[in-house]
Amino acid sequence: MLTAAYAVLFYAASLLLAGGLAYKIWQYTKTPAPLKIPTTPAPLTLPGVALRMGRELALFESLFRSNKWTWLFGWMFHFALLLVLLRHLRYFTEPPWTWVVLLQPFGLYGSFAMLAGLLGLWLRRVAVERIRYITGPSDHVMLLLLCGIAVSGFAMRYVDRVDIVALKAFVLGLMYFDWQPLPADPVLLVHLGLVAALMAVFPFSKLLHAPGIFFSPTRNQADNAREKRHLAPWAAKFESTGK
Amino acid sequence: MADFDLPELKEYTEPPRLVEGAMGHLRTYPAAPAHQEALGFPGELVEGWHDKAIEKFDELLGQSRSLRVYLDACVRCGACTDKCHYFLGTGDPKNMPVARQDLMRKVYRRHFTLAGKWFPWLVGAADLTEEVLDDWYNYFHQCSQCRRCSVYCPYGIDTAEISMAAREIMDHIGKGQKYCNEIIAKVHKIGNNLGLQEPALANTLEGLEEDIEEETGVKVRLPLDEKGAEVMLVAPSADFFAEPHVDGLIGYAKVFHQAGVSWTISSYASEAANFAMFIGSYEQMHEVAQRIRKAALDLGIKRIVVGECGHAWRVAYSFWNTLAGPFDFLDPNYPVPQHVCEFTYEQIQKGALKLDKSANDHMTLTFHDSCNVARASRMGDRPGGQFEIPRAILKACCNNFVDMPADTIRDATFCCGGGGGLLTDDLLELRVKGAQPRMQALKQVADEHGVTHMASICAICKSQFTKVMPDYGFDMDSVVSLHQLVSNAIVLDGQAEAAAGPEEETEETAAAGQAGP
Repeated sequence: MLTAAYAVLFYAASLLLAGGLAYKIWQYTKTPAPLKIPTTPAPLTLPGVALRMGRELALFESLFRSNKWTWLFGWMFHFALLLVLLRHLRYFTEPPWTWVVLLQPFGLYGSFAMLAGLLGLWLRRVAVERIRYITGPSDHVMLLLLCGIAVSGFAMRYVDRVDIVALKAFVLGLMYFDWQPLPADPVLLVHLGLVAALMAVFPFSKLLHAPGIFFSPTRNQADNAREKRHLAPWAAKFESTGK
Repeated sequence: MADFDLPELKEYTEPPRLVEGAMGHLRTYPAAPAHQEALGFPGELVEGWHDKAIEKFDELLGQSRSLRVYLDACVRCGACTDKCHYFLGTGDPKNMPVARQDLMRKVYRRHFTLAGKWFPWLVGAADLTEEVLDDWYNYFHQCSQCRRCSVYCPYGIDTAEISMAAREIMDHIGKGQKYCNEIIAKVHKIGNNLGLQEPALANTLEGLEEDIEEETGVKVRLPLDEKGAEVMLVAPSADFFAEPHVDGLIGYAKVFHQAGVSWTISSYASEAANFAMFIGSYEQMHEVAQRIRKAALDLGIKRIVVGECGHAWRVAYSFWNTLAGPFDFLDPNYPVPQHVCEFTYEQIQKGALKLDKSANDHMTLTFHDSCNVARASRMGDRPGGQFEIPRAILKACCNNFVDMPADTIRDATFCCGGGGGLLTDDLLELRVKGAQPRMQALKQVADEHGVTHMASICAICKSQFTKVMPDYGFDMDSVVSLHQLVSNAIVLDGQAEAAAGPEEETEETAAAGQAGP
């Protein structure tokens, strides 16, 4: 019963995540940018744009210029989260890939850094007047969700150890449509429930910043307006009045 | 003195405490029905404006990737909250870029997202009520579309894109702004923002030729509508009569003269400015830009050079190829268009100009990077040329140059406070307060390095500074055109050496400085 409920929950969450993201990406792709609007100075070529985007993704370059504290907490959270996610790959592969195995001890530190980053960001939301003004209920809920995932994860490691062998069997069972029983550990159920919730809300929330950045015209356009004519399909209808 | 408190100039920039509603009272004059209808917009707020606004909103979402992505992507991290000059100068929280965007985002959420339809209270979604529409009108006319927020946003979210879209929606339901719409109609009808007719223009140019000859003894021409000239100069119309703009125009003329390049101004396209960008209307912007194309074809010129004007250079550099291109009928050896700074710089590089730096020795200069030049265009063939080339010209013309603090120049530059269609007296309070960050940076170099003058390459910046600088204790003529410095320094062939020196100021042109471009 429990196994079935969580299996269905994860199938649904995965469908929402994949379907919702695919829809948004399709929508962003088909919406044209009618004008060249890179924030300059901007790279002149496509490889240059890739490099600029790479720096934004890996280093949060613009945020670094803007505010060192937000950058510190934000960068720490995101890269710790990445590490933790990679660490969790061991639940999806049998046998786990070697590099995932090597990553395990770092992933542990990652989870601390992740929580520290989240708490730092949350503190700013409360303590800095300007940020408090722009913060809404959903911003707190999102932080609560992520902190809940981190804390329940800790609890399984340090307080109430879970049968991870059984858990892994459950996860692999989901992947291969051969359901295995889910260990009925309350902390694990909370952890998994929160993760499913995060997956489900992803395409409907501000988490869309993740695909969004790739489509941001101020960052993904090359500065070549004089050399290369840019014309959106819908704007072509004005062309008849030319020459 | 104005009837509001002047922001203080401090030692360093510190974000102000929030003062809710501090600028809520400031409402730019609405467009009269005649201004609206001249652009094909409804004359007054239409019946069923709510549904029509949402309909237009929907249409724009399908046409503009930036709008679509930027409304989704913001995480409210707060990186932009202390970056807007209008926020820094007023403390009104709705002048924080994210809060300004949220005025539109909350309506977007309500109508175009599932979360906003089902859980409006959770995600801050709201209906487009009359109060919200009023907030749109007030606060989207308190954004100069300078893009400083976009530089600092981790996703590059550009509030300019949002405020342009909001103004476009408001125009379509009959809630436009007088200043922009009246001016755009004038361009459609007459060819420039000022409504300057061809005879008046010819007269002005003739007068300038006489002034130059009187000053230098050299006959420098300012040709109008000369077919077959090599270069068509498209300058902001403020260059024809406002101070210090006109001194810049004299500078361009001297450079063309000395370079031996034939050139002309077009009376049909006698305006570089394109205020249609400010109202976010592709269609209007296209129509204004087409005048340039037509003039270029009619005059049979080979190159287009654009005068000192910030947003005009953005439109010219970034948008003309889209709006009025392709320019395959022009000389392919030169980029289309070229900035007059690029032209002058090239002449300096070639050694074609004789420049006497000492002619500007009575000034210690700094350079104000204009927002649209800095963050939305380029000069030369390298990124950042828009910063280096004007400074190179400046240094070639002056002995005393000092930059303002690093976090207030180049792509971190502060808007003058009058850009984006806000250079109107009904927004004077905003303009004065929004100039505070720039004035503070200027004061710092004035105090520490004895800076006396600030050079600019934007007609709006020049008009704005002329107007607001006295409030901060600077002379109104301490803002100068970059090509005014070139004009001072250039020694024309056949010019009497002694004649070179600071020009006299004529009374009537000085007074004209406060008019818009």
